[in-house]
Parts: sequence; C-alpha cells; structure tokens
Amino acid sequence: MTYAAGVDVGSTQTKAVIIDEHLRIAGRALIDTGSNVTLAAERAYELALRDGDIDEEKDGVGYVIGTGYGRFRVTFGDAQTTEISCHARGAVQMFPGTRTVLDMGGQDTKAIKVNERGEVLDFAMNDKCSAGTGRFLGAAASALELPLDDLGPTALRSVKPVRISTTCTVFAESEILAWLAKGKRDEDILLGVHQSVGSRALGLLRRVGIEEQVTFTGGVARNVGMVSVISDMLGFPINCGEDSHFMGALGASLFAMDRIVAQQAPARV
Amino acid sequence: MDDDTSPKVAPQADLDASELVGRGNREGNRLFKEWYGRVSSGPERGEKAAYVFVMGSAAELFESFGFNLVLPEINGLQTAVRHVAEDYIDQAEGYGYATDVCGYVKADVGMQLRGGDHPMGRIPPPDIALQTNVCNTYIKWGEIWERLYHIPTVTLDIPGSRAAGRLPGRGHVDYENDLAYVRGQVDELVEACEQVSGRRFDQDRLVQAMTYANSMTRDWVRVLELNKSRPAVYNAVTDGTVYLGAVNALRGRVEGADYFRDVVEELEYKADRGLGTPFDERHRLAFVGVPCYPIYRKFSEMFTQHGGIFVGSSYTWFASGGWSTGYEYDLAHPLDSLAEGLLVTGRAAMDTMFHVDRVLADMVEPYGIDGIVFHAIKSCRTVSSGLADSRRAVLEQTDVNALLIDSDHMDPRVVAEAGMRNRVDAFFEGLETRRLLAGARS
Repeated sequence: MTYAAGVDVGSTQTKAVIIDEHLRIAGRALIDTGSNVTLAAERAYELALRDGDIDEEKDGVGYVIGTGYGRFRVTFGDAQTTEISCHARGAVQMFPGTRTVLDMGGQDTKAIKVNERGEVLDFAMNDKCSAGTGRFLGAAASALELPLDDLGPTALRSVKPVRISTTCTVFAESEILAWLAKGKRDEDILLGVHQSVGSRALGLLRRVGIEEQVTFTGGVARNVGMVSVISDMLGFPINCGEDSHFMGALGASLFAMDRIVAQQAPARV
Repeated sequence: MDDDTSPKVAPQADLDASELVGRGNREGNRLFKEWYGRVSSGPERGEKAAYVFVMGSAAELFESFGFNLVLPEINGLQTAVRHVAEDYIDQAEGYGYATDVCGYVKADVGMQLRGGDHPMGRIPPPDIALQTNVCNTYIKWGEIWERLYHIPTVTLDIPGSRAAGRLPGRGHVDYENDLAYVRGQVDELVEACEQVSGRRFDQDRLVQAMTYANSMTRDWVRVLELNKSRPAVYNAVTDGTVYLGAVNALRGRVEGADYFRDVVEELEYKADRGLGTPFDERHRLAFVGVPCYPIYRKFSEMFTQHGGIFVGSSYTWFASGGWSTGYEYDLAHPLDSLAEGLLVTGRAAMDTMFHVDRVLADMVEPYGIDGIVFHAIKSCRTVSSGLADSRRAVLEQTDVNALLIDSDHMDPRVVAEAGMRNRVDAFFEGLETRRLLAGARS
C-alpha cells in the first residue's frame, strides 16, 4: 500500500491526515498547536500513523506535504503548499460539486473560488485582524465562560439575537459583558456573535463571487451554529462534513499523492 | 503606446556590459545621495528650501528661483527602508498625532521635532511649501509647516476630471476654463516665490529647467515602454523606485536629463540583447499601489523567489507626478505651459489612483502580464480606497490572476509579514495552476 500525508499546522490546532492510494483517509489526528510548532507537527503525524495503524518503517509514507502557517516547520516534510490551495483541493475531493470554499480557522477566514479539479481560481482573506475568525468566537466563549463546543448549540436556542456592532475581537468581550449587564440571555448574545462573524465571512465570499456549491471548512466548521448562520445568510444549504476541519491536511495529502504518482509514472521519451 | 522596443540610439561601442548593465541603479543611488547632500548643506550657502510633493511639484519653477527641493514623501520612505520609521512615527504620535494619520506625515513631523535629523542628512526647515489637492493629505500636511514655521504655503487646486482621461482636452470649454483657473494660481505661486527668494521671476531660467524636464519626460516614457521587452529589462517596483527618486529629485536639472538619457541607453542595450533582471522571469506582474517599504527587500523577494517580476507599476505613474503621460512643455509659453502641465499631470496622477483598472486593462496584452498585485496601505485611503473594486473590474476585463494584499508603506506595526507571505505564495500557486491548465489545453 502507498501512503501520502498532509500536515496542517494552524495557529490554534495541528491536523494530520494520511491517505492511501485509493485516496481514502487511512489515519488522522488533531492536536493543539501549542508553542512548539515543530513538535506539534511531529506529534500530529505520529498520532495519524497510529490512528491508521500504519507502520512508517514497514509501510512507508511516500510523500509528506506541510501546510498552514507552520508549514515550513514541518521539518520531516518533503514540500509545502499554502492552506488556501489545500483547503480548495480537499473540499472538492470531499464534495465534488464545490465551487466556493469558506475556510474559517483560528486567525484566518478565507473565501476561495475553485474549479472542478479543486484548483484555486481566486481567493480573499480577512484583513490583518482576527475579526470574523474563530478567535472572535473564542473571545465570546471566554466572556461567557462556556466551552467552545457549546457555543453553536447554545446560539441555536436563541429567538431574539442581540446585535454585536464591534468587529474588534478585543472589544467584543466588553460588548458581550455590556449585554450581560443588561440582562440578555447567553443564547441571544451568542447568536449575535455568530451573525457578526457570519456577516464578515459573507463579505469575503462576495469578493470572490458566490457560486454553488459552497463548502465550509476549517475548525469553525465544527460549530453547528455557524453552519446554520452561514446557510441562512446565503439562502441555501452548505456542505459541511465531519472531517471539514481536516480539509487542509486532506488537501495537502492529496497533493502529496500527486507527487508520488508523478514520481512513479514512466518517463516519457 | 509604441510597440517598438529596439534601440533608437546605438550603445557606445566602447562600453561593455559590466559598465552599462546596472548603471542606472548605481548612478541613481549616487545622484540621490548627492542631492540629499546638496539639500542638507543648502542653508550653509544661504540657499532656501521649498517643500513640495511628488504630485504637482512645479519643480521647474522652484529650480528657476534657486530653491532646493525637499520631498517629504521621499524623506519618509527613506526612514522606512532604513528601518527607523517607527522611531519617527512614535515621536509624532507622542506629540499627539493619531495612529490613523498617514505614516509619511508622522515621519516628517517626527523629523521636524528632531530639528531635521534624518538618516540621509539634516533636512532644512521649509522656507516655502507647495501642495496640491491631488492628495487630500497634502493640504493638511502643508498646514503643519505653516503652524510650525510660519512660512507661506501655496495650495494649488487642480480640477480633477475623475474620468480617466476621457474628458475632452484643448479647445473644449471645460478644459479651457480649468486651465485658466490653474493659470491664475500659477501667477500667485510665482509671486510667492519672488517674495520668499527675494529674486525676480526669470523666464530664461524657467525655460532652461523645462528643457531638461522635457528631455526627462521623453526618456521616462521610453523607460516605461521598454519593459514590454521579454525578459523585462528592469523590475518596476525595485529598480523603478530608484528611477522614481531621480524623476522627482532631479526634475528640471541637467543631472536628471543626463541620467535618464543614460538609463534609456542601458535599458535599450539590455532589450536588444535579451538581458533581463538578475532573477529568473517566470511570471510577468503589474503592481498597484505603494511598495511596502518597512520590509522592502523581503517584500520584493516574496515575488522574485517565485520568478515574479514586476514589469509595470501604477506607482511609476502617480508617484512620477503623472509625467508618465509624456506631457511636454511648450517652451514658447512657459508659464501657460507650466499651468497646463500641472493640470494634465495632476489629473493623470488622480486617474491612475482612482481609475487604475482602465489603465491596467490596456497594459495586460502589450506587457504580457500574467498577474496583478494590488497593495492597499493603511496610511493612505487615497491610493487604497476602491482597490478591491478595481481588482474585480480588471478581472472582469482581462484574463489574469490578481492578488490583494494590505499592509503599510511606512508603519512596520501594521505589516503582518507571515500573512502577506501566505497570500503571495497562494497567488503563485494559482499562477502555476493556470499555467498548467493552459499547457494542458494547448
């Protein structure tokens, strides 16, 4: 069996995916990045090997591509590709009808326009601040003293969301506290937070042009509240799978498999 | 534009490539230092300083009165390139300027508070200042000097057409009215120069300066055209910035005319022999905006490492004061022509900032452009507003890839290098994909 791997070192979490020659996910892992980026990449890769019951010595992983902000710190990798290309490739692999990708991570939100092969046609990203990213939701979780995983389900209980006017992640926390002081319920504040983040994402999507199908990737794609808000704003359902937050690593592993196939192809004379 | 990039003047036979290639950069840097030396030592010789901007400088007129030109925008970018801009900006902010104020302005204020202390010398305070409305910050900037030094400042109000050169020119009633309006202001400027310099206006000296300026303009247009060559004979962002220094600092002087004659000779020599920049040219790019001076070298390397060479730049249009239009003075009517030059180039500078999509679309084919990089800067809404729309408009009109990045031209605190590099890398991945697809189709 031939394996290829992708390691996506993000600002918050590091993901590793190993695929087999049939492009099926054989192993995956997700850990917090922490302060040692190189170590996080190694650890995620080892855990993915273990998850797939793959013996690196015996089975061999033919090619490893690093992606994400820490891609150049994947010291055992063979090459690097930006997460923009990787999320695009992964999204189309997972949902072949994808023409627009929304990737929402810890510090970045990206709107990516893709073709049927998962090649990037255009992209737009958030400015040099974390407004409209996962970090904004993190600030809300901190202010409301809720675990991140509870944010989405809590927000979906709201029937009367508040309006969060600030786009600054730092100031968002004080605005949330102000709403709490006025007696607003957690779910109403949280839906307001989700709508604020969603409107920023929609702006990015419009910059590249929204074409169905839209696939939601990145860590925030695990948040059911955000999936719901984005779908509502777009007016149609969006693709979002259980492995959406592995999409960058998956895309990297697909590029890695391309390299293996290219190396194995007989040379043309 | 002329498609012919072959030499019009044969290079001197006795010059070898090592002497000729790179001469524009070497000489440009030397002349630039010499100019700063002259500006710094001006007060020792009793010479006065005119503070002017790259757009609407009226350099020829000030030259005719014997003023040394001080270009505060160039002073600012020099602090950024030398990694000391933050010190000056901090000082200005400590003095009360807000973080949102243009980095050029704050670098200048910081320098004034330090008595003119600058990495390139000691910049004298202004004796007179000229600003136009081509950049709205210019006007407020001039007011700062007025308050600090109690000097006369002149504001030239140039009626912008905001029509990307599509309004009728000479003979049309609107154009003639606009021209008369600027002409009247030129008289006021001449009067102010006479009062500050203590000299009478000397038409012969103005004509002399205009003669050099006309020569520079012809050669500048030729320089811009020569980058249609493949490979490109210079990088429009890096080499182009060296040329721009000379365009502005040496305008109306014999050194400027000689310099650009030599640059054209060098670039024609390279074009004729298929000599490019020192980097492998894989993608031909156009640049829109102002370079990222705080990480100037790294910024350039982000592109050259992928084989991206800037063959054109909107900066070479508006930061040359609009002289890329090729407007030449009518030496028989110098003051009338000075007014028309200010009107035409001022409008052109505005158009290349506000309607850049139209100019870019026309460039793509003759310059063989694969991708366009839009660089928005926090300091300057004038050049940055609408870039996202311009990008979209260009993409609708042309078949190129386009990247929008944002940082600043002065303030390193708002330059997020990692994020920028990520975008640039992804942009090149897209360009490579496009190339693969094109190859597969053919």
